[in-house]
Amino acid sequence: MVQKSRENTIFNIIVYAFMVIFLFIMIYPLWYCLINAFSSAKEVYYGNVVWLPKGITLENYVAVFREKSLLSGYLNTVFYTFAGTVIGLFVTFTAAYPLSRKDMYGRNVFMKLYLLPMFISGGLVPTYIIVKKLGLYDTFWALVLPGAVGVWNVVVVRTFMISSIPGELQEAAMLDGAGNIKIFTSVIIPLSRPILAVMTMFHIVGYWNTYFNALIYLNDEAKYPIQLVLRKILIQNDIDSLISSGNVSASILEQTMRAEAIKYAAIIVTITPLLVIYPFFEKFFEKGMVVGSLKG
Amino acid sequence: MKIKSKKAEIKRSLSLYALMTPSLILLILFSYLPMYGIIIAFKDYNAVQGIWGSPWTKNFGFSHFIRFVTAYNFTSLIKNTLVLSLYSLVVNAICPVVLALFVNEIQNKAFKRTVQTISYSPYFISCVVMVGMVVSFLNVDRGIVNKVITSLGGKGNMFMSDPDWFVHLYVWTGVWQGVGWASIVYLGCLSNVDPCLHEAAVIDGASRMKRLWHINLPAIIPVFTIQLILSVGNIMNVGFEKAYLMQTDANLSASEIIATYAYKISLLKKQYSFGTAVGLFNAAINIILLFIVNFVSKKVGQESLW
Repeated sequence: MVQKSRENTIFNIIVYAFMVIFLFIMIYPLWYCLINAFSSAKEVYYGNVVWLPKGITLENYVAVFREKSLLSGYLNTVFYTFAGTVIGLFVTFTAAYPLSRKDMYGRNVFMKLYLLPMFISGGLVPTYIIVKKLGLYDTFWALVLPGAVGVWNVVVVRTFMISSIPGELQEAAMLDGAGNIKIFTSVIIPLSRPILAVMTMFHIVGYWNTYFNALIYLNDEAKYPIQLVLRKILIQNDIDSLISSGNVSASILEQTMRAEAIKYAAIIVTITPLLVIYPFFEKFFEKGMVVGSLKG
Repeated sequence: MKIKSKKAEIKRSLSLYALMTPSLILLILFSYLPMYGIIIAFKDYNAVQGIWGSPWTKNFGFSHFIRFVTAYNFTSLIKNTLVLSLYSLVVNAICPVVLALFVNEIQNKAFKRTVQTISYSPYFISCVVMVGMVVSFLNVDRGIVNKVITSLGGKGNMFMSDPDWFVHLYVWTGVWQGVGWASIVYLGCLSNVDPCLHEAAVIDGASRMKRLWHINLPAIIPVFTIQLILSVGNIMNVGFEKAYLMQTDANLSASEIIATYAYKISLLKKQYSFGTAVGLFNAAINIILLFIVNFVSKKVGQESLW
């Protein structure tokens, strides 16, 4: 018995030690960005900010919002995310409900029609050519419409509707004389709330974080989403705009320092909205992932 | 009678068709039309004549494929793609399982929740920000990683321009982002394990390690297999977005994969037909691999997709 509890203790120590290391690895990179975003440019530039902010300041955030490309990118992303999510959810749910109805005529044919793109896709160039032909190049629609019908999403939502909404409810509504559309809006949608929450989160994350569609379909920099602006600043290290937006009388070195600090503030401003909202969706997406892993 | 009931059935379904219409239109425009557009891989596409009107290319339509297979960089592209995808497949398959098994052993409920919530957070960070962070952290003069290395007496390294480091950076930053998220499914499985099994094992004197190994791990295996097959099905689609962002001129010898090459050749150099052929080649290998793995998995008596 004594040996048993000792073994248990050792096991617990291993588990908790593992978790502490794991949590440090998960949190530290984000913490590092956070403290640097709140530190003075000089300390950031020389890499002195390691555990806590140094020379605490809000200057970097002010600079982010004063920089035109970052501000417009941010506002564009808010708009794209909102519009994309609304459109995406609409087409996903209106596709999933009919496919969940066993009595729909031709259901199998339609199901195959929705499933095929999971296995074959036109690929980059053909999609690009079609988008151009449709006159969507360099418009906001090119970012939203091509990916709006996520086939996997449709299948997951449909699986949820079949497995979690009792068929009797629909039959009862039908007997009361409700049409298909009425059933969809007043029975199905309210009962699909958990999967609606998951899908909303997925869409928000997807549109907020994407850069690739914008990279290939947008030409006009005024339409760039934040991710594309950040790519220029963070990865291509194109910081001229940050430098010129700063104090004109400052020296080149001072301006470069400021640009470094502003980068961290831009990162924080970009990632915060998602990091703040996802815990509210957490209990839903844990369920949603399990539905998603079931065979459809 | 039969025909009449069919008519009635269709009539009853009309409003359902109406509901489906918007998504069907989008599906046709952005999935099926591009599928048809694949034929330009066998043509010499030019914008004036369009997809249908452009002439077929030489060698019975296969000259773009021949050009790709015989290109000087073909083997290095294949090698880079396979190394990156296999490495990342193996690591990303195992890490979430290990994490889930350990998280499941945390006895304090509140701590367990906290660990889970925090472990999801990197998943919500975009590729661009992630790579941006990597670039800053690895900066040769001021980045924190090199600061730590030099303070321990080592020598700073230009990680981002080192081809040998590219693969490791790519894979392990991917683990950082995805491990918590991917463990959700497994934690779901573990919460469904029948407590009686554990009780019985305790009576038989099994230690926690033994129970983890003989009860919890087997509970995960079926879902693990499905996830593995699915990721093999995506093996050639290694995240184009991240690889492209992490590319520098100096690490190109390791970071140029088929997907990034196809992007550059088609959209930057405007060789649409050749680019499509390269993409199609990639997709074909992918489908073949998926079938092979599914077949093998079926043979050894494990789960399969179909």
